[in-house]
Amino acid sequence: MSITETMNENRHLALGLSDEMVLNMYEDMVLARKVDERMWLLNRAGKLPFLVSCQGHEAAQAGAAYALNKKKDFLCPYYRDMVMAIVFGMTAKELMLSAFARAEDPNSGGRQMPGHYGSKKYNILSGSSVVTSQVPHAVGIALAGRMKGDHPVVLTSFGEGSSNQGEFHEAANFAGVHKLPVIFFCENNQYAISVPLSKQVACENIADRAIGYGFEGVTVDGNDPLEVYRVMKEAVEKAENGGGPTLVEAVVNRLTPHSSDDDDRSYRPREEVEQAKEKDPLLTFSSYLKQVGLLDEQKEQEIHKRIAKEIDEATEYAENAPNSEPEYALKHVYAE
Amino acid sequence: MAVTSYIDAITQGLREEMQADDRVFVVGEDVGVRGGVFRVTQGLHEEFGEDRVIDSPLSEAAIAGVSVGAGAYGMRPVAEIQFAEYIMPAVNQIVNEAAKLRYRSNGDWNCPIVIRAPYGGGVHGALYHSQSVEAMFCNIPGLKVVTPSTPYDAKGLLKAAIRDEDPVLFFEHKRCYRFIKGEVPDSDYIVPIGQADIKRQGEDITVISYGLTLHFALEAAEKLAVDGYSAHILDLRTLYPLDKESIVEAARKTGKVLIVHEDNKEGGVGAEVAALISEECLFELDAPIKRLCGPDVPAMPYSSPMEKFFMLNPDKVYQAMKELAQF
Amino acid sequence: MAENILMPQLGESITEGTITKWMVNAGDKVNKYDPICEVNTDKVNAEVPSTFSGIISEIIVQEWETVEVGTLICTIKTEGESEEHGNTVDTEPVKHEEPLAVPHQEGMKKRLSPAVLKLAEEHHIDISTMTGTGNGGRITRKDIQAAIEGKGQETATAVKQAVKFESASTTAVPAAKEQKPLTSIEIPVHQQDQVIPVTAVRRTIADRMLQSKHEAPHAWTMAECDITNLVNYRSKIKDEFKQQEGFNLTFMPFFIKAVVEALKEFPMLNSQWAGDQIIVKKGIHISIAVATDDALYVPVIKDADQKSIFGLAKAVNDLAEKCKTGKLTIEDMTGGTFTVNNTGSFGSILSAPIINQPQAAIMSVEAITKRPVVVDNMIAIRDMMNLCLSLDHRVLDGLVCGRFLQSVKQKLQIMDMDIKLY
Repeated sequence: MSITETMNENRHLALGLSDEMVLNMYEDMVLARKVDERMWLLNRAGKLPFLVSCQGHEAAQAGAAYALNKKKDFLCPYYRDMVMAIVFGMTAKELMLSAFARAEDPNSGGRQMPGHYGSKKYNILSGSSVVTSQVPHAVGIALAGRMKGDHPVVLTSFGEGSSNQGEFHEAANFAGVHKLPVIFFCENNQYAISVPLSKQVACENIADRAIGYGFEGVTVDGNDPLEVYRVMKEAVEKAENGGGPTLVEAVVNRLTPHSSDDDDRSYRPREEVEQAKEKDPLLTFSSYLKQVGLLDEQKEQEIHKRIAKEIDEATEYAENAPNSEPEYALKHVYAE
Repeated sequence: MAVTSYIDAITQGLREEMQADDRVFVVGEDVGVRGGVFRVTQGLHEEFGEDRVIDSPLSEAAIAGVSVGAGAYGMRPVAEIQFAEYIMPAVNQIVNEAAKLRYRSNGDWNCPIVIRAPYGGGVHGALYHSQSVEAMFCNIPGLKVVTPSTPYDAKGLLKAAIRDEDPVLFFEHKRCYRFIKGEVPDSDYIVPIGQADIKRQGEDITVISYGLTLHFALEAAEKLAVDGYSAHILDLRTLYPLDKESIVEAARKTGKVLIVHEDNKEGGVGAEVAALISEECLFELDAPIKRLCGPDVPAMPYSSPMEKFFMLNPDKVYQAMKELAQF
Repeated sequence: MAENILMPQLGESITEGTITKWMVNAGDKVNKYDPICEVNTDKVNAEVPSTFSGIISEIIVQEWETVEVGTLICTIKTEGESEEHGNTVDTEPVKHEEPLAVPHQEGMKKRLSPAVLKLAEEHHIDISTMTGTGNGGRITRKDIQAAIEGKGQETATAVKQAVKFESASTTAVPAAKEQKPLTSIEIPVHQQDQVIPVTAVRRTIADRMLQSKHEAPHAWTMAECDITNLVNYRSKIKDEFKQQEGFNLTFMPFFIKAVVEALKEFPMLNSQWAGDQIIVKKGIHISIAVATDDALYVPVIKDADQKSIFGLAKAVNDLAEKCKTGKLTIEDMTGGTFTVNNTGSFGSILSAPIINQPQAAIMSVEAITKRPVVVDNMIAIRDMMNLCLSLDHRVLDGLVCGRFLQSVKQKLQIMDMDIKLY
C-alpha cells in the first residue's frame, strides 16, 4: 500500500472529521436525495404543485454545512440547499410539511414554495425566490454579529447564474471592504435553468470574481464532500480570525430539470446528463466510505431502509396535517 | 422647548435613539466623517464612532440588503439613501425582502429597519435630486411609509420608526430641512406611526396634504380666512398604511375635499385618499373630491421657470382652495 | 450703475449663509468673477465671486452675520450701461397669477351633491324653493344645514345672503366678492410712473384693513399722559440694561405693561365680536405692530399678563428681530386679543388706528414731546404723550373705553424708580 493510497483511505480523519461524522454526512445526503425523490413522485401524482430539486448538489452542500458551527453560524441559503437545511436541523417531517404547504411548516407556515428554507431556531434566514437577494442579508448578519459580539460566520449560497446579479457584487464588495466573516458559496451546476455557463459568464471560473472584491476565490469539485469540507474549513477559520470573506465555487452537476415545471430535454443533451449521473456524489461518496471500511452493502441497506421509513412517516404526517384557515392569509403583515 | 429646524430635529431624534439603544446604527453613503450630504448625521460619527456610523460603499442595494440582514439578526439599522430617487437599485431589497420577511416566514423573522431618504423639489435639483417617490411604496403591505412636515413630527416619527418592529421608509422633504422651523421638545417623545394630524381646524373645506405642500396649504388658509372661508387641514404624516379613520372624519367635517401633494397626480397618494373617501362617505360629500398635485411628467426640470411651473406654491394652493370653497 | 450682489444659494436645501470674511473693502476695484467674500453654510464653505466688474460701493452684510439666501450683501458701482441687471438669482420676469375667476356655470342650481340630496330627504326639505349660495346658485351642504337648523329655507337664504354681504364687504362691492380682491383697477399709467406689483403681504394688509374698516364701526378717543417720571427712570437705567441684557430697553414694554394691567380691570376691551355674541377672552395676548420698509406685521406677545417688564422687553425685541429677518411664523402672528401700536416711533403725535380684527380695540402710543404744562398751578416742562384708542362700537362704548384709557394713563404716570423690571 502506497502512502498516497493510505492518505486517500483516511482523508476524512486528516481533515478532522470523525468516522461518525462522515457517516452522518452521508446519511444527510441520502435523506435529502430521498425526500427530493419522494417530492417528485408526489408532484407527478398530482399531490404537490411544485418542487425544485437538490439532486447532484448534495455533496457540495454537505461539505459546506459540516464546516460550520450550527449553534453559532448562520445560513442564507438558496432553493436547492436541502442538505444544508438538514445539517442545520430541519427534519424530513418539516420538509414534507413545507412541500404540502401545511400550517405547521416551520419555514413559512405554508406561505412559500418548497425549497425556501428559513427558521430562526435553526439559524437559517428566510429567503425569497428572487435569486441573490439573500446574499446581502448574509453580509448584514455578519456585520450585526460583529457589533453584538457573537461573531457568527455566515454562509450564503447561490447558483452561478446568480453571481451575475448586482446584489452579489454589491454584497461581496461591502463584505470585502468591511472584512466580514461571510462565505459566498456558489453551487455552479453550469445551468441557469436552460442557459449554459458559457452564456452566463465570460470568465473561466466564478471564483475569479473574488479578486475584484479583495478576497480569495477558490474553485472546488462539488462532487467531493471532503474536498469541499477542506476548502470550507479554511474559509471558516480565516473568517473567524478576522481575515474576511471567501468565495467558494463548488462545481456540481444538476441531475434533474430545474424544477418540476421544467423539461430539460429541450436544451440539455441526454449524454451529458447520463455522464453526470455516473459521477453522482451519492455513489462516489458511498464507495469512499466502503473503501475506508465505514460502510458495507448491508449497512447501506439499513440506512436506506431507515430513511425510507422516516420519509413514509413524514409524508403520511404532512399529507394529513391541517392547512391554515384561509383567513390566516391576513396574518403577519406587521407586528401584532 | 427650543425652536429647531426640521433637519436638526431629525439629527436630534437619531442621536437620542443611538444613545438609548446600542442596537441602533447608521449606514449610508457619506454619513460618517462628512455627516451626510445634507448633514443629517452631522456629529454622530464623532459621538458614536465608525462602527455605528458606517460609511458604506456607493451601493444602494447593499445598504438596504445589509440592513435587512442586520435587522433580522436583531439590530436596528437606520439606512440613509442619499436622494430618494437613488432608492431604485434598492427596491428589490425593500419590496421583496424587507416588506415580506415577516409574512413569508410566518412571523418567525422580522425586519426592524428604517430607510431614510430626502425627497422633493424646489431646490434646483433637477430630475434626479427632486423626485417624490413615495407613491411607489404605498401599495406594499409590510412596509410603512412616513413623511413628516414639521420638526416636531420629524423627531417623534423618526423615533417611532426606529422603535418599530417593521420596516419603515422615512421620507424627508429636503426643502423643509432648513426652511421649516418649529418647537421641538428636548424630551423623549414619539409621534405614533399611522396617525394623521389636524394641523388647522376649519369649517368650509378640508385640505389633506403632507410634507412641504402642507405648509403651502397652511399659508393659503390664512389668506382664505380673509375671504371668509375657513380651511380644515389634515397632515397625513403616515402615507402607508393610511389613517383611514382620520381621513374620513376630516372629509365628513366639511364635505369638500382638496388633496394636495407635490408628487404627480396619477396613482399618487391622493388617488388612494380620494378613493377611500368616496367609498366611505359619498353621501356626505358636497363637491367632487379635488386633487392639486405635480404634473404627470417624468420628473422636475432643472431650468428655474420649468421647476417653478412644476412646483406647487401657496398661491396655487390658495386658488384651488378658494375655487372649492366657492363651489 | 449700481449693481447688487445677493447671498447666493450654496447647495440644495440651503436657506441662509454666514459671511465669514470679506476679501474686499468699500472702494476696492473688482473684476467679474474675482472672489469678494467667504460664505459658510450648513453644507459648504465657499468663496463668492463678484458677478460684475466695478468698484465696491457698500458692504451691507458684515462679517459673521447670517442672512437668508437672496439678501443684498453688497453693492458695486459699474461703469456705463450694464448688460446684466439683477444678479445671480432668477431673472425671469415675474408672471402675475391670473385673477381667479370661477366661471359662472349655468345649471349649477340643479347639480345636487350626494350630501345635499341625503340631508334634504332626511329632513323633508323642498329643494326646489331654495336659493343656493354656491357657485352658480348651487345649493350647498351648508345651505341645507342652515335650513335644517329650524329656520326653514327662507330664513336660511336670508341668513346666507347676510353672511355673504358681510364678507363681501372686504371688497366694498357686494355680490362681486369672489372676483374683486384680485382684479386690477384701471388707472392710467404714465411713462414716468412706477408700477409696483402687489405682493401677497401687501394684498393681505389691504384685505384686512378694508375688512376691518367695513365691518367694525370705528369710534375714536384720546388721552394725554405725563410720563416725565418714566422718561427719567428709563434714561437712568437704559445703558446699564443694554450692557447687562444685550438689547435696548425701549418704552414699549412699559406701555404694554400698563395696557395689560388696565385690560385686567376692563376685560371688555379684551373681547371679540362674534356676530350673535361677544366673546371676552381669558388670555391676554398683545399684538404689536412692527413696520418694515414695505410691509406691516402684527406679531403677538402671548400671555403678556404673565410677563415682567423685562419679559415684555425681551418678547418685543425677539419679535422685532424675527420680523426684520423674515422669520415670523404663522404661530407668531395669530391669537392676539388687543393691539398696541407705537406710532410715536416715527414721530406721530396723533393717529386713528384701524382695529386689528377680530379684536375690539387698538391703542396707539404717540411721540413723547416736551411741552409746557400746568402742574400745581405752575408752568412746568414735562414729557407728554398722547394715547389714542380706536374701538369697535359694536362691542364697546365710550364710557368703558374712557375709563380704560384713564387707567392706562394713571399707570404710566406713576411709573418711576420703584417699578420692578424683573
